[in-house]
Amino acid sequence: MNIILYSERPDLASELVTAGRAIMDICGGALQALTIDDDEQADFLAARGVSVHRVRSDQPSPADVAQLASAVHQTAVALEADMILLASNRRGRELAGRLAQKLGGGCLTDVGRFEVLDGRPAFSRNALGGAVEDVRCMETGKQVIALTPHSFAAAGVATGPGPVSDLPVRLSPSLVRLKETIRKGADAVDIEKADILVVVGQGIENKEDLTKAAQIARSLGAEVACTKPVATDRKWFSEERIIGLSGKRCKPRLALLLGVSGQVQFTVGIRDAGAIVAVNLDEKANIAYVADYLLVGDLKTLLPELVKRFSA
Amino acid sequence: MGFVVVSDHGKEEAMNIVVAMKQVPDLKMIRIRDRRPLLEDVPFMMGEIDRSALEAGAELREALKGKLIVLSAGTEPLEDTVKEALAAGADEAILILDEALRDGESALVAQVLAAALARMPDVGIILFGEGSADNYSGQVMARVAEILSWPQVGYAREIRIEGGVAQITRSLEDCEELLEVPLPVAVSVVAEIRQPKTPSVTGILRAGRKPKTLWTLADLNIGLNGGAPVRTISRLAPVSSRLGQVIGSVDELVEIVKAKRGPS
Ligand SMILES: Cc1cc2nc3c(=O)[nH]c(=O)nc-3n(C[C@H](O)[C@H](O)[C@H](O)COP(=O)(O)OP(=O)(O)OC[C@H]3O[C@@H](n4cnc5c(N)ncnc54)[C@H](O)[C@@H]3O)c2cc1C
Ligand SMILES: Nc1ncnc2c1ncn2[C@@H]1O[C@H](COP(=O)(O)O)[C@@H](O)[C@H]1O
Repeated sequence: MNIILYSERPDLASELVTAGRAIMDICGGALQALTIDDDEQADFLAARGVSVHRVRSDQPSPADVAQLASAVHQTAVALEADMILLASNRRGRELAGRLAQKLGGGCLTDVGRFEVLDGRPAFSRNALGGAVEDVRCMETGKQVIALTPHSFAAAGVATGPGPVSDLPVRLSPSLVRLKETIRKGADAVDIEKADILVVVGQGIENKEDLTKAAQIARSLGAEVACTKPVATDRKWFSEERIIGLSGKRCKPRLALLLGVSGQVQFTVGIRDAGAIVAVNLDEKANIAYVADYLLVGDLKTLLPELVKRFSA
Repeated sequence: MGFVVVSDHGKEEAMNIVVAMKQVPDLKMIRIRDRRPLLEDVPFMMGEIDRSALEAGAELREALKGKLIVLSAGTEPLEDTVKEALAAGADEAILILDEALRDGESALVAQVLAAALARMPDVGIILFGEGSADNYSGQVMARVAEILSWPQVGYAREIRIEGGVAQITRSLEDCEELLEVPLPVAVSVVAEIRQPKTPSVTGILRAGRKPKTLWTLADLNIGLNGGAPVRTISRLAPVSSRLGQVIGSVDELVEIVKAKRGPS
């Protein structure tokens, strides 16, 4: 198996190095990395012991996925790659489909792990919104696999650096013009690493109650995370704190879920938690199947009491 | 202010807005037995994010002076499911019905949607959901764009169209990008772009009379040589050993939380 890997983010690319090496252990072959107009990342990856191709485009336009796909495609052809490993962040997922179509290959995004079946890798990803997990195999010669961020450990610095070489590509003029980049306010939290999480759902109805949930989190030494609508509709938190299919996969020792209904797209992000304790008004909410312990009750009255009890 | 293309004949031409919508099982209704999903009797619906895309498309109708067309590829109940989209404001529907579309493999679906688009006149923009509600793969839009050689923009949070150009704000993990792209363009949207509308009674009554076009794979000249590029080997719910215990009091909750928290 001839594998090449690419992500615009060095941290995610170094996770792809680990995954790529694990696939090579199964199938043999070679692993090479590419960077696109980013010499700093090229050095970073070479230090991790992989062979790096610095792709130099004649017209860099990193916001244009068509251009990006063309650059990776040309490289894949030049290096005779069978498998292209990408990160399944938003840019990576968007690139994956276009690249797979160019290669005439199959594509899987959001792959969390793989196993060996008949000497080939078989990939696991969520399906039916997260209600089930599929194991899927590629039937095409060319394949594009995008891996869920943080499913693999980042590769560390190797004893000897890998070789670096330049690879020019020619792109047609870009149709997409980047007019402005607006940074999102950095949220320093890393809910994936938290030991204890207090998770806010839409059952917490106002900011005052939200403050109480935050107080409970502080007393417990927990980070605060949330369901998707709490971040995207109510805008109470940054999207960094979303748990679930389109958010983060967390494995805290303890999760306290406040007013979370427990729909599948949320549940996939918390199912590896140690213990799940939930408070919900509705004993028939799906969270009853997801939690270890469910207290049925109204958070409006329960929150002040919980604040008091946990601060004691 | 609307945008109008002037054709070679000097006539004003409107452009159409297409929304790709996927029929998915109502995931809230799926039960698991022996780790297998029970799908019989689970009703179908249009995907949630696709309904947000439809709402965003309805707003673009003004600017493009064209029609809002739903495009969907799937199996039998689709004619019924699409009524929901027609009731929510789409002007017409183009449906590709074929048994081969049952498991919705991305490469095949993209080929089908692109072939249908190539037959539809004056498409200015096609909107997709960021990911389908069931498969959540995020591939179909990019594959369609590649087949048609169109530019693409993923994860749009805001779309404005003026003078043949789309101004799109896309939302990535760490930043937002404001992009300018000429039409035609393929765009995927995030759920928060618009709240999906619940169809009104008049909408529902009108839906039955709106035009629906049915195509098969044969109509689109699509053969199934080679088979799917991806094979599903197993589909199982993860093993769960949750206690699912209802507790009776705050005391109990506090005790459990303190015990599970461990030494801090
Ligand atoms: C493709 C796709 C991807 C998605 N990805 C994600 C994701 O990554 N993460 C995610 O979270 N969601 C995701 N969703 C959305 C998901 O389907 C649900 O809509 C969402 O998880 C619901 O959030 P919630 O539980 O906060 O809100 P609701 O479903 O509205 O639940 C609120 C709960 O609070 C309870 N409640 C109300 N009032 C009180 C009270 N006073 N006291 C106690 N309890 C109360 C209610 O009984 C209810 O159970 C996705 C959806 C799609 C289609
Ligand atoms: N069978 C289908 N028919 C119409 N549109 C589809 C179909 N499958 C996927 N789509 C569109 O592509 C988007 C992304 O789907 P996916 O690539 O499966 O995550 C969906 O939100 C829909 O807009």
